[in-house]
Amino acid sequence: MDKRLLLGDEAIALGALHAGLSGVYAYPGTPSTEITEFIQNATGYGKETYVICDHELKANGKIHSRWCSNEKTAMEAALGMSYAGKRALVCMKHVGMNVCADAFVNSAITGVNGGLVVLAADDPSMHSSQNEQDSRFYAKFAMIPVFEPSNQQEAYNMMEDAFNLSESLKLPVMMRVVTRLAHSRANVEVKSEAREENALNPDSGRHWVLLPAIARKNYVSLLDKQKDMVAASETSKYNNISSLGGKAKLGVITCGIGYNYVMESGVQDAEILKISQYPLPEQQIKYLAERVEKILVVEDGQPVVEELVHGILGADYAVEGRLSGALPRTGELNPDNVALALKNVQSGNAQADTDFPTANSPINVVGRPPALCQGCGHRDVYTAIKDLVTEIPSARVFGDIGCYTLGALPPFQAITSCVDMGASITMAKGAADAGVWPAIAVIGDSTFTHSGMTGLLDAINDRANITVIISDNLTTGMTGGQDSQGTNRFEQICLGLGVEPEHLHVVVPLPKNMDEIKKVLHDEINYKGVSVIIPRRECIQTHARKLRQAKSK
Amino acid sequence: MKTDIILAGVGGQGILSIATIIGEAATKAGLNLKQAEVHGMSQRGGDVQSNLRLSDQTIYSDLIPRGKADLIIAMEPMEALRYVPFLSKDGVVVTSSKPFVNIPNYPEETAIFNELDSLNKVVRLDIEAMAHELKTPKSANVILLGMAAPFLDILSAEELRSAIGRVFSSKGEAIVEANYKAFDFGLSQAKK
Repeated sequence: MDKRLLLGDEAIALGALHAGLSGVYAYPGTPSTEITEFIQNATGYGKETYVICDHELKANGKIHSRWCSNEKTAMEAALGMSYAGKRALVCMKHVGMNVCADAFVNSAITGVNGGLVVLAADDPSMHSSQNEQDSRFYAKFAMIPVFEPSNQQEAYNMMEDAFNLSESLKLPVMMRVVTRLAHSRANVEVKSEAREENALNPDSGRHWVLLPAIARKNYVSLLDKQKDMVAASETSKYNNISSLGGKAKLGVITCGIGYNYVMESGVQDAEILKISQYPLPEQQIKYLAERVEKILVVEDGQPVVEELVHGILGADYAVEGRLSGALPRTGELNPDNVALALKNVQSGNAQADTDFPTANSPINVVGRPPALCQGCGHRDVYTAIKDLVTEIPSARVFGDIGCYTLGALPPFQAITSCVDMGASITMAKGAADAGVWPAIAVIGDSTFTHSGMTGLLDAINDRANITVIISDNLTTGMTGGQDSQGTNRFEQICLGLGVEPEHLHVVVPLPKNMDEIKKVLHDEINYKGVSVIIPRRECIQTHARKLRQAKSK
Repeated sequence: MKTDIILAGVGGQGILSIATIIGEAATKAGLNLKQAEVHGMSQRGGDVQSNLRLSDQTIYSDLIPRGKADLIIAMEPMEALRYVPFLSKDGVVVTSSKPFVNIPNYPEETAIFNELDSLNKVVRLDIEAMAHELKTPKSANVILLGMAAPFLDILSAEELRSAIGRVFSSKGEAIVEANYKAFDFGLSQAKK
């Protein structure tokens, strides 16, 4: 055993490598990005000669770690590797689950061959996201097991257990983490050697072909496995009851990192059921309910377990949590709101959300929102757009997901919408169909190849009257500068999809070119059809990093 | 024994390198450690913070409860003030005195300093100016760490100093020496 200081994400990555991983498939997304980056660094991805940088790894072959175009392609490729008998990991932020949902849900119907772990990193409090959806709902929907670590050590240990469970049940297994675990460091005891990778062993079964007749059989088989999944949870080393003090009237069910805040509070006279493996261990919950008078559910994210516990114990049993108002309905757990909920529930005081301590700011403190970097090319793009919108007030600018979403904030306040990856183009199209003019879409290069290309094809086929700006900074900027999948090929992609060559323009977003950029923009909104303008200049962050790396060589 | 620290600053100011040095020293000393960081959108010029907890016992929560932090180490004075609700009554604030103004409604400097000075103990210094004066312009954050060292009860100044050597060793002797110099200067200022 060896001790390493690791982020939760890094513990997951190393746990997967040590569990005999053959490939990781992912699209960058906070807070999951560092998992794939760690695997890339540990296995020498992108280096000219393949070297295993981490002496602890005894990889037989090259471990796949190249970024994918989106979460759906990642999920499908991981399923393909599993089909071939090898262990695959697919990682994403919670909203990535929406993108890969078709492949994800159906992977539970096909089942797996080599172990397949789906890592979903949820973001309660929306530190860097547009919602707080809870990925445990997806696992329940697909009817597969979930591991939810409470700390970095468990995150490391669970990867091996998750791959083993996946192979024994022949089902994909979800691992769910939240931002506070993904982006927090702690010392982790790790093995000194990696398990061997699985041998290549493509499956010969017919169950991979989801024709209705076969899918019906598979679905029955998935339902049959539910009792095995519950049995695995009942006996899991990650689910257990402990007593704090002698005369417990309060039972606390903790999920994942909720356990830490309960222990931090120093609560006494309570029985704790720590849950880190799902489906819920019903017998353990019933056993806890018999020993105490009421139960508080402490779970980060949405009240998934609280609802289910009501179902298990019946409507008459007192269950408190985010739904009852004992804990805030929105936002992440923290040591303060959990301590207050424990105190209130224990003493029988029902408190409203508003009684939770909020960060009451000192007097001379104001918000400092994030902003586009000084010198960033997106700034020049928005300067031109802002000018046009001032001139033509009917103009609407549909934004997308990335650094350039910050164009919504002062000084630009230039975008009308930001919804999901790729929605800029299709929302601009729909608005143009309805009669909005000029309808402008602003999308980044990486977001365009993630989910923008199909929308552009729709717009071209419909001769939609839109102007699409692909603000190309040659990288996936917001998540820290990962490779972008379409770099150097955007003109070809657009022409291939059917953009007319005379309405495809590349400009360099610099203040000195502002007149030219404004003219192109002006001309193209007046063209009744699809125009694409590609302002292209490297992200100043990745550019500076390359210069530093070159200097240190 | 435990020490709970909040590191604060503006995205890009390098608070995470301070955390790296303290983390290295704590790991070497065999202490338990948890360090919650901020990645993603807010890093772009927004306020950033990191909760760093050191203890010889088990640490459960990655986050520090309100009123329990022993120390706030800040690269920017208003950012120091932002986390005061987390500071314990006998807590200490060690901060740069140089405002980083990238917003239109930045408060009056004197108001910030008056509010800071009403706290239990505040050590502040224009670390950027001092780093230039010492001819170690990139080591302002290490001056700050030196200023914080006497209040980091769980680690000695010598343990922190040797951690600096290990963290910067790959960058060559000149950079290690510059950082030692910055750390020693910060330490001498705090003792004044």
